[in-house]
Amino acid sequence: MIELENVGYNYGGGELLNAVSVQLAPGSFHFLTGPSGAGKTTLLKLCYGALNPTAGRVRAFNMDVLGLDRDQMAYLRRRVGVVHQDCRFLDHLPVIENIALPLLVSGRELGHEEANLRELLNWVGLSERAHALPPELSGGERQRAALARSVILSPDVIIADEPTGNVDWEMSQRLLQLLVELNRMGKTILVATHDLSLIRAAKNQVQARVLRISNRQLQLAGADL
Amino acid sequence: MTEGRLRKLVLGDTQADRVVPPSGFTAQLTLFVSGAMAFLAVFALALSMASGRLADQWASELARAATLRINAPAEQRAAQTEAALEILRQTPGVAAARALTGEEQAALLAPWFGSSVPLGDLPLPQLIEVTGDDAGYDAQGLRLRLQAEVPGAVLDDHTRWREPLVDAARALRRLAWVSILLIGGATAAMITLAANAALAANAQVIEVLRLVGALDSYIAQAFIRRFTLRALTGAAAGVVLGMIGVWLMPEASDEGGFLTGLGFQGWGWLVPLLIPPLGALVAFAATTRAATKRLGELS
Repeated sequence: MIELENVGYNYGGGELLNAVSVQLAPGSFHFLTGPSGAGKTTLLKLCYGALNPTAGRVRAFNMDVLGLDRDQMAYLRRRVGVVHQDCRFLDHLPVIENIALPLLVSGRELGHEEANLRELLNWVGLSERAHALPPELSGGERQRAALARSVILSPDVIIADEPTGNVDWEMSQRLLQLLVELNRMGKTILVATHDLSLIRAAKNQVQARVLRISNRQLQLAGADL
Repeated sequence: MTEGRLRKLVLGDTQADRVVPPSGFTAQLTLFVSGAMAFLAVFALALSMASGRLADQWASELARAATLRINAPAEQRAAQTEAALEILRQTPGVAAARALTGEEQAALLAPWFGSSVPLGDLPLPQLIEVTGDDAGYDAQGLRLRLQAEVPGAVLDDHTRWREPLVDAARALRRLAWVSILLIGGATAAMITLAANAALAANAQVIEVLRLVGALDSYIAQAFIRRFTLRALTGAAAGVVLGMIGVWLMPEASDEGGFLTGLGFQGWGWLVPLLIPPLGALVAFAATTRAATKRLGELS
């Protein structure tokens, strides 16, 4: 699905990532961990094309990400669902329209998707809050809305950056549950988190691999987490 | 642009329109600017058309009209006038020649002398109004013949004061056209600024849209449509007000001179109706350019 080959990233002031190679196989579940500032978000951005590597190659769906023009990049984003650390909504539109936004911008007829949209809202537990504006939502609700938005186009890959960053334990369990369910439906999942207990909790439910950024390199962490 | 995109642009996609938050103040500024510019354009257009009309009118009317002045002692004046009229009747290209009556001559002089001066007692020269036909006559040949047969006759074919007037009217028309072009350019500049401001103010919206897979064309369209419609609405209002203003101007009259002829005539009233679509076209081009440039700069 997504493949990084000897990827390096240099942000101008110094090298953040060096010779990173990883393959996200279809249906796999990966955690990405490491200390703050180690480059987790950067690595995720490289995976969905928001950043271009300064060395090496990134391939997504067998296309070299570096060679994509802006329109092709937009089509790539439709195949990769992203949950951002800070969610990023259009604050003037209610939650339900924010979740439906990917449908809207890809020119789908919203009328046909009404039932799916309701089901999705129900699945993330936001049916009651459908017409609230994003600033009125709690941290957990925002994360679930962002997750719903990332999966509405039924992407093959879902990338989540600290989805449990500012929610309580119970809520993070619920979000993890949703990600695990998506993985069981065959989606490829990549989750960046510094929350080791979340990773431990996940390991009981799903075959997850843990990648760790340390000293600008990516390592496969042991099973002893 | 494909037909589908064009149709979408005109009819709109209400859902797509909502992705960009409404912006009250910029919207009103754009409306005001395009309205004001259209209003000015109507006047520049009226000025250009009126001065064009004047130039043509003066050029053709004055070219055909001439005045023959008979300076002769009182006792010879009638005979010389008769001789001059005879020559004019024989001259090819002269459609009509008529000696002005004493009353007509007095009326011409009234603005200078007032009506109380007994003009009949003054040794006034006799004036003959000469009207050429479309082909015109040979002024030089006529002068030579008059010189030989009617020594007191002086032919004034108006060339001397016709040329500067026609030149002035043509210069006025040129200025009006330059004004129209400047108004168009200023509109484009201001709409570009407004569109850039809107794009900058909505940078976060654009980022979110890119993130969820929106094409640049989709994002650009939301902005282009808004600005095009605003310019169209504003310009339409400006043109209506401008046309009312022109319509309220006094009718062309002899007393008001050339200043009162500023307006549209006949089909000319339809020309200002082109301003709103042209304004919309300018806004469309300006916003398209601004949006394409801006979006290209984003990652």
